[in-house]
Amino acid sequence: MFRKALLAATVLLAAPALTDTPESLMRGYAEQARTTSASYAGPSPAAGRRLFHQQPRDWSCATCHTDQPTATGRHAITGKAIGPLSPVANPERLRDAAKVEKWFKRNCSDTLGRPCTPAEKADLIAFLLGAREGA
Amino acid sequence: MRTRSGIRRIDRIVWSLATVFLAHAAVAAVPPAQAAKPTAYAEECGACHTAYPTRLLRPADWAVVLASLDRHFGVDASLDSTTRAAVATQLGVDPAVSSAATAKAAPRITQQGWFREEHDEVSAQQFRSPAVRSAANCNACHAGADRDQFDEHSVRIPR
Repeated sequence: MFRKALLAATVLLAAPALTDTPESLMRGYAEQARTTSASYAGPSPAAGRRLFHQQPRDWSCATCHTDQPTATGRHAITGKAIGPLSPVANPERLRDAAKVEKWFKRNCSDTLGRPCTPAEKADLIAFLLGAREGA
Repeated sequence: MRTRSGIRRIDRIVWSLATVFLAHAAVAAVPPAQAAKPTAYAEECGACHTAYPTRLLRPADWAVVLASLDRHFGVDASLDSTTRAAVATQLGVDPAVSSAATAKAAPRITQQGWFREEHDEVSAQQFRSPAVRSAANCNACHAGADRDQFDEHSVRIPR
């Protein structure tokens, strides 16, 4: 009985709030990319870094999130502080598929002027996962 | 028999105490942010700017804002329909009517007569300073803006 109670308490206290992880989201986007291109080579942190700095119009990702995704950013228009984008520095990031999709939709539209492809989303997450604090 | 029932009683007391303790521990383990979940309005709108007190615009004006979220003062702030409906309800907007208001330009809080009057001693240069950046950044001068505190005496304009 004691064991059962202990087990119940452990489960109760340790229950994670969300099931998505940055890695599971990246794998999901990579799988989507693979369905459209048989030659897809998998997520590329280097391609993600290039995309992060790409600025075909007014803004790049770095405009608000700074050149360093482990740093605190600032909204280009309102000036509001934006917590670090990289899960390396901010464990709350990339834990909710719907939230990630919401921000990809908005921010790819504001920076690139078009939706990002699943391959680009996987690349960006790979880049954010590989970011080193202070580097 | 007496001894056994005595043990049972102690057993029950110990287990009751353990249950109470664990229940408290479980409640204490929930961070405050989860305990008081922010409203859809505070969470969604407050992600990019101060969650402005909803009384600062009329429901008819909020309806125009909600109808044009995909081009919200120069940025894409679109929401899925379920979340948008939740925000609409909080703003006193009928979710069904809000899409009818798309043709109009979204009203700016900072262009309202009362706002201009209240801020007539703040120069355009002060609003554009690096520490403030925009009149939309209430928190730069009103430290309690996120808690709907705009008391004139606690205003600090950063230099």
